[in-house]
Amino acid sequence: MKLDNIYQEEKKSNFAKVAEIIITMASRPSGFIGLSILIFHVVLAFISPYIAPYDFKAINPTLMLQAPSAEYWFGTDDLGRDVFTRTILGGRTALTITFFGSLIALLWGGLLGIFCGLVGGKTDDIVMRIVDAFLSIPWILAMLLIVSLLGTSTEVLIPALGFFYGKGIVRVARAATHDVIAKDFIVSARARGHSNFSIIWNEIIPNVRDAILVEGAMRWSWMLLGFSSLSFLGFGVSPPTPDWGLMISNARGLMSFAYWSVIAPIVGLSSLIIGINLTADAFAKALGIDRSTKAPV
Amino acid sequence: MLFLIIKRILLGLITLFIVSLITFVGTEILPGDACTTYLERQAFGEQLEACYRRLGLNVPAYERYVSWAVNAIQGDFGYSLSGEMPIKEVLGPRIKNSLVLASAAIFIGIPIALILGIVTALWRDKLPDVAISTVTIFAMTIPEFISATLLILIIAIWLEWLPGIVIVPTDVSFLELLPNIILPVIAIAMIMTAHMARMVRSSVIQVMASEYVQMAILKGVPYWKMVFKHVLPNALLPAINVVALTIAWLLGGVVVTEVVFNYPGLGRLVIESISNRDLPTVQALAIILASIYVSINLLADLMTLMLNPRLKTLQIRK
Repeated sequence: MKLDNIYQEEKKSNFAKVAEIIITMASRPSGFIGLSILIFHVVLAFISPYIAPYDFKAINPTLMLQAPSAEYWFGTDDLGRDVFTRTILGGRTALTITFFGSLIALLWGGLLGIFCGLVGGKTDDIVMRIVDAFLSIPWILAMLLIVSLLGTSTEVLIPALGFFYGKGIVRVARAATHDVIAKDFIVSARARGHSNFSIIWNEIIPNVRDAILVEGAMRWSWMLLGFSSLSFLGFGVSPPTPDWGLMISNARGLMSFAYWSVIAPIVGLSSLIIGINLTADAFAKALGIDRSTKAPV
Repeated sequence: MLFLIIKRILLGLITLFIVSLITFVGTEILPGDACTTYLERQAFGEQLEACYRRLGLNVPAYERYVSWAVNAIQGDFGYSLSGEMPIKEVLGPRIKNSLVLASAAIFIGIPIALILGIVTALWRDKLPDVAISTVTIFAMTIPEFISATLLILIIAIWLEWLPGIVIVPTDVSFLELLPNIILPVIAIAMIMTAHMARMVRSSVIQVMASEYVQMAILKGVPYWKMVFKHVLPNALLPAINVVALTIAWLLGGVVVTEVVFNYPGLGRLVIESISNRDLPTVQALAIILASIYVSINLLADLMTLMLNPRLKTLQIRK
């Protein structure tokens, strides 16, 4: 038992480790900006229902396409709804759906990847061929097919996005597992007679966790892009849900004289995507993982 | 060498086979079939039977798959439901239009990306790098439909320089198409260039840090001679693969861009056929887009193989 202490570095609580990573992330300018934007959006998503000045679905024909004013900060849209209210509530929709979608993607993609990397052989070959095939169908075609046949409710969108963005994580998790699996500590764990489950849980997961989390953070921003594209094309959440993609596509036809109703959701969505991206990048750098040579698959 | 090439081609074909299975099974297990979705409320009795017969849906699924696959290999994808014309004829002009769009974006994008990537790498962390890198981050993270919408708003509506949406028939001559495609090409090229420039940057930086470049510096090789003779040939090799993946990834983005600009290409056909529940066309599109993806990747792998003598003896990454 005493031997353990020699090999283990000084034990830090999980909280201290997380805090250390966040401080490293925030110490770069890009990481600081990214984190600030992300935190701003997350906080806004929690408090927006309480601070929204108007009802997001209250249609008012007398107030159609009003320019921004003291009363309506970002103006009103073609149905007389307050653009400010709808913009701050839009982040809530986007963040909720993509956050849970990313969790699903991380879980199934990560576990399947670790499993494939561990067992290898025929099973691995077959699974990877199928993953390759899914990777070669353009995401938009597959997503459109699923939602157009199953409907565009949140219950369909979250698993569909989660499924689709998980296939890339399978590759990363598998590659990371391959790197770990030949190491001595796995061999010695096997020699000690640990079960497969125990090896995955205690030896592999702690070592591939970073790579998978970084990939998941990156997928999050791509998923947000994919989800808002779907909404934009009319295959995402259905109106009158306040959603940025939907707002942009509605306001697009009228932007020659009512540009404010398209600018507000554009700023919201762009800033959130950039925020997540910068945060994911800083996260990767803080963990010492270089993603810069990766292609967007 | 020859064995490796054949192996890559076979793997690509297997991938395509699985794609065709996935799309076929996908459209099969999801609720409704081509006839019920097309006829909607009139889907019963005589009309449904007639539709099944017309589309050959009255035979077992595996037989349909085999006959579909055999025809598809010969370029015959059956009949489109909404247009009621052969899918082959629907696809032809669309493919041409999309090719025009994509190749224009690639020809503009690749040289700019190379220059930007090399400049940012050589002046790493200096002003040119910081400025260009900031712009590329914006260009590559902002969704296609946002950059396209902003382009329309600024250049077409506020400045009135170019038409904002494409209002030409599907089969239009190239010269008539030209003013219409400038904005869509910029929208696509912007994202692609940003992606590639970042890849080239990190690739050049990696090579600059390698030992033989340090050696060249110590030996006193002039800076620019070193850059062009020692760094670039080695840095651009891995970039080929990445460029291919970026182009393939753009297939999804092109769909959105084409919709924003109302451009009559493959991308808009994707949306149209899905909105119309035109499943035969969707199947054909899935297999065509997947073939493009697989062949671009294959081409990139083969090019890397040809250009890199070291890889000839090694097994290529799976």
